Amino acid sequence: MKRILTLAAAAVAFGAAASAQTVGFSQIGSESGWRAAETTLTRLQAEERGIDLRFSDAQQRQENQIAAIRSFIAQGVDAILLAPVVATGWDSVLEEAQEAEIPVVLLDRMVDSDPSLFLTAVGSDLVHEGSVAGQWLVDAVAGEECRVVELQGTTGSSPAIDRANGFREAIAEHGNIEIVRSQTGNFTRTEGKEVMESFLQAEGGGADICAVYAHNDDMAIGAIQAIEEAGLNPGEDILIVSIDAVPDIFLAMAEGNANATVELTPNMAGPAFDALEAYWADGTIPPNFIQTESRLYTQDDDPMAEYEARRDLGY
Amino acid sequence: MSRTLLRIAPQAITLVVLVALISVVFPGFLDISISDGRLVGPAIDILKRGASVALLAVGMTLVIATRGIDLSVGAIIAICGAIAAWGITNDYSLGTTLMMAVAAGLLAGLWNGTLVAVIGIQPIVATLILMTAGRGVAQLITEGRILTFSNDQFAYLGSGDLFGIPVPALLWPVTGVLFAIAMRRTALGLLIEAVGINRRASALAGINATLLLIAVYMASGFCAALAGIITTADIRGADANNAGLWLELDAILAVVIGGNSLMGGRFSIAASLLGAMIIQTIDTGILLAGFPSEYNLVIKAGLVIAILILQSPRLGATWTYWRYALFSRQRGGATQAVREGQE
Repeated sequence: MKRILTLAAAAVAFGAAASAQTVGFSQIGSESGWRAAETTLTRLQAEERGIDLRFSDAQQRQENQIAAIRSFIAQGVDAILLAPVVATGWDSVLEEAQEAEIPVVLLDRMVDSDPSLFLTAVGSDLVHEGSVAGQWLVDAVAGEECRVVELQGTTGSSPAIDRANGFREAIAEHGNIEIVRSQTGNFTRTEGKEVMESFLQAEGGGADICAVYAHNDDMAIGAIQAIEEAGLNPGEDILIVSIDAVPDIFLAMAEGNANATVELTPNMAGPAFDALEAYWADGTIPPNFIQTESRLYTQDDDPMAEYEARRDLGY
Repeated sequence: MSRTLLRIAPQAITLVVLVALISVVFPGFLDISISDGRLVGPAIDILKRGASVALLAVGMTLVIATRGIDLSVGAIIAICGAIAAWGITNDYSLGTTLMMAVAAGLLAGLWNGTLVAVIGIQPIVATLILMTAGRGVAQLITEGRILTFSNDQFAYLGSGDLFGIPVPALLWPVTGVLFAIAMRRTALGLLIEAVGINRRASALAGINATLLLIAVYMASGFCAALAGIITTADIRGADANNAGLWLELDAILAVVIGGNSLMGGRFSIAASLLGAMIIQTIDTGILLAGFPSEYNLVIKAGLVIAILILQSPRLGATWTYWRYALFSRQRGGATQAVREGQE
């Protein structure tokens, strides 16, 4: 305890001396490439803004996250970023942070606690991502008949449900676009390829398919391979639109095999730091939820440059 | 030969009925056309997509014949796939890369075999270790990302074709036939069965049971390595998280549908391969039929249960009993039937 106090005192003294803000970041772990990229970008953002970032990897365990937050409070940090591994069980530790007057910003995922216990939450709207993809297809086919096949995410998962609904909302008013087949590819390349092969068989060797909508880029990459092996040109004969914007899909776009992707940005920390800086400056309270931009990338957006920019983020 | 045919008859009949059933839902199921000099059609897709499980089933049949089980094959797929992708991206030649991947599979099998045969851990626990740890090893090799490559020679193993037939669709029958010859043209198959029925008795009879058990797990590792190579070559990338995920369960199911007893003893590689094709036919059939994805697993479970019930020995005996009881004019026909059914 004494050591922690000394450390905390040292941290406060150091923080004051350098007049830099200290932010603790409790990350879930590194279960996916996307999360690794989120960690990398958070570090980069902190470095750019001269913020002293204390990083803690919880290895997918809530108790590690709670312990990390308590130690951040003991160190007297200026703010805490939290990417919560589960939604429940945060009330008491968030109350402790509130008593210590340390603002908490949630990244990427939500908690079930009262909104007054945290400053704001930064995240993406999954339904909106699906509708951006749908809107792209509506514009791309410009009123022509289009039979779409859909590669869904893992059955029952919230991204699969929300991305399916968003896409359907976007094409609802357009009778020319119709989803003719829909199957799960479990978010993986192998299953994306296997399911696409059967779609091609079932739809006249691919002649009757106008576009593929995949709930993530990996399944789209599998589908592209299946289409190529069936002797068709992905990106031309069959349009490909997917979600996530991982580096490999930009490579496929540069080769003309994929048409569009909607970004689920791993830069959750940027908007979070913006909100925190405004709060530190004059106490501005940000909105309860800050929605990150679901940006659409197409072949016109210099995919090769986007690939180069992303390849080292740890995806 | 005719005994082999008799042995695999139930599986063959099941497959034919299944194909007929799917043809009703999806009429073009057996259509095969030629495009760009290669055969195209749902049946070809089944032969190709079923390759992983079929390869695993070959090794799994031998392991199960020794009264063991190998839960680690899915993880070995991930490890060997990761090593293959790592090798090819680091500019090793195709030959060296494949040798490294196969060597990794054999090494994994050696590990399992040693735990089971030398240290004496129960097979289900011994192979569970590698099942859980193996995926971590694969992730270390790929550094947690999907390791992609663009080597056409290597990709050929997964998505190329020879004489119009996809390479994976050729690989598993060849492997199956080679293993079957090694088992049945020598005493090896008999020795494995002997170890499976009673390890102690067979050891006392002069069989080196320890060595044989290790060899069997290494054979399983070898088959998993082949499956890992074609899986990785197919998507031109190693996905340590998902490659071969839960395939060990499909492989065990294939062996069971093939009528092999989990208690060890008599085995048939051909029947296991048919079992693998039955599973893939169900999978592909569901995809083609166009049901919503929520139904996939329920339909698969329903069909598997139906197949296993129809194949159950007790049902066979009951059926024979009623056939005799209903159609036999002789008194005492039913008792005779029971005697026949029990044989």
